[in-house]
Amino acid sequence: MTATVYFEQGLILAAVLFALGLIGVLVRRNIIFILLSVEIMLNAAGLAFVVAGARWAEPDGQVMFIFILAMAAAEVSVGLALALQMYHKLRTLDTDACDRMRG
Amino acid sequence: MMMLELLWLVPALPIAGFLILVIAGRLLSRPWIAAVGVGSVGLAFGAAVTVGISFMGAAPAANSYVQHLWTWMSVGGFTPSLSLYLDALSLVMVLVVTSVGFLIHLYSAEFMAAEEGYARFFAYMNLFVGAMLTLVLADDLLLLYLGWEGVGLCSYLLIGFWYKDPLNGLAARKAFVVTRIGDTAMSIGLFLIATNLGTLRIQEVMYLAAGHWAVGSGMAVAAAALLLGGAIGKSAQLPLQTWLPDAMAGPTPVSALIHAATMVTAGVYLIARTHLLFTLAPAVQAAVAGIGALTLLSAGFSALTQRDIKRVLAYSTIGQIGYMFLALGAGAWSAAIFHFMTHAFFKALLFLGAGMVILSLDHEHDIFKMGGLRSQLPAVFWTFLIGACSLSALPFITAGFYSKDLILFYSLASPLGNRWLWTAGVLGAFITSLYTFRMVFIIFFGEAKSLTGRRPGIMMTAPVVILAALSLLAGFIELPASFGNVRIFSAFMNNALPAIAVRAGASEAETTLMAFAAVVSLLGIFLAYVLFFAKPRYADSLASVLPGRLLHRFWFAGWGFDRFYETFIVRPFLWIARTNREDFIDLFYLGMIWTGRSLSTMLSLSQNGKVRMYAAGIAFGAVVALAIVVFL
Repeated sequence: MTATVYFEQGLILAAVLFALGLIGVLVRRNIIFILLSVEIMLNAAGLAFVVAGARWAEPDGQVMFIFILAMAAAEVSVGLALALQMYHKLRTLDTDACDRMRG
Repeated sequence: MMMLELLWLVPALPIAGFLILVIAGRLLSRPWIAAVGVGSVGLAFGAAVTVGISFMGAAPAANSYVQHLWTWMSVGGFTPSLSLYLDALSLVMVLVVTSVGFLIHLYSAEFMAAEEGYARFFAYMNLFVGAMLTLVLADDLLLLYLGWEGVGLCSYLLIGFWYKDPLNGLAARKAFVVTRIGDTAMSIGLFLIATNLGTLRIQEVMYLAAGHWAVGSGMAVAAAALLLGGAIGKSAQLPLQTWLPDAMAGPTPVSALIHAATMVTAGVYLIARTHLLFTLAPAVQAAVAGIGALTLLSAGFSALTQRDIKRVLAYSTIGQIGYMFLALGAGAWSAAIFHFMTHAFFKALLFLGAGMVILSLDHEHDIFKMGGLRSQLPAVFWTFLIGACSLSALPFITAGFYSKDLILFYSLASPLGNRWLWTAGVLGAFITSLYTFRMVFIIFFGEAKSLTGRRPGIMMTAPVVILAALSLLAGFIELPASFGNVRIFSAFMNNALPAIAVRAGASEAETTLMAFAAVVSLLGIFLAYVLFFAKPRYADSLASVLPGRLLHRFWFAGWGFDRFYETFIVRPFLWIARTNREDFIDLFYLGMIWTGRSLSTMLSLSQNGKVRMYAAGIAFGAVVALAIVVFL
């Protein structure tokens, strides 16, 4: 049997995930949750690539997903380092508390 | 030809003197400063004589010599060059400027000995002479204009030499601004010539103008009128004459230099140099004569009433330049240059003599506080008397008589002359001898009113004696046909300037005219003798009745020109400047600044340091961008 990939449903799922991630980035004040939400957005984009790759039976979508994973790992390492530094300096993880670079 | 190549030294030497004094003036001692200042002009005179002898000995082809130094610039076919042009006209100018300039410098070395700023004084004086020599030797109107402006700058610097008195600074600014009005007209004229004829080389301009422009055509009239505007400003003719009497604020040698050798004669030279343009515009040439006639009359009446010895001389210069304009307007080019030469000698003499009087009376300028100086300063008296005789054209023995007589003759005999010009000239001659001898009688005769200080030394006396000799002898190189008929000067001049045709039947009248002019001059002296020496109460009663008093006041104020300009030009201008202190054109630019600044404030509000707001901004921007891509 062949696995049926529901292309449109897949894209809708990706869009919903992306929107959820974006809302999380915008409404959360804790930097850990913001990083989590960014991960969700990255995975949404990855899902869209995979679905599109399956739709046209091309491996490119999965290649792109590997790229995204690698990038997400790099991003998380930098992001967590920043979060640590932030806690170290400000004793809080609230992003709204670190707004000293305003114009 | 080798000697002619020394020509570039003539303007270069005074300029070199200027540079030395400017750079090293503080380090030099006073004798060295005087040596550099006087020596540079003296050497320039030597160079001019050398060049002159070689020029007259073996005149080059076309009676002119061009020394091309280098090309100034080359822009689209317009290539003004730094070239010197020597012909009979510029040679006479150069010789007069350097000789009289040298004598004045020599005199200044003693006159200014006690002053501060000795080096500064000689630096400016050298630059003045250098600029004037550049002006008269220029082959190109652009180079001439450079010298022209240089002369204006130096007059400003020297009139305001005693800058600690604000009034002197005011006089200096007035001279600068009033002559600048004329200079503006002249620069517009130069633009007109350059755009229409494509060159500013004087000889080419005249050649091309004669080919391109018909006699009396609009272009020719415009070009000549604009150049005349420049000449009026520099030469202090009506209606821009107001700066010259105030220019007396400077040291006396400066006045001598401005009046005799440099500056005011530049306008006469300019018209003579570009005479063909004026021939192409008969209306403008008639205006030159008219301006000259009006100027010499108005200046004469003003000179009659002045109390300041230097202001009398200043008005007399305005009047004598008026004679030169009269001659130029009548087409008697060489007569104008002849009068320029004799005037340079006797006016320098009079100013230097006045300087000695002023110095020995401890800077007293008022002639009514002088008197009886004849016995106290005999050398000054005799030389001043010679200058005064020459200025009032005492017949037969003075140079001024021959040059003025020549102008009077041509103002009637020339095809461009008429009896009005002649009448004005003769009346002017009468007034000239009247005010000149008024001055002589009041200063040197009568009872002594003040004691003189020290006697002038040899450095001041020698130049004056030389100038006195020249004021007597220089006339004998040009004698009228009915009296000796010597034509050395005009024959030489005709190499550069066209000879003048005389109306039929005019030559016969020459003797009568000369006799008439002689009688008029003597009458003026006699009247001065009666009014200011024998019966001074006549003069007093004349000035005390009502019309006499009003006229006296009017003439004393120089026909109210200053007041007129003050009321109708200076005041309104200042009013506009004051009301428009916040320049209304600036409002536009201020508005631009305000808009930019408020936009920047609004934008910087958005930079609030909140990461989530930035993320929202990015998201919103991405949505908008996507929407544009998808829906449009």
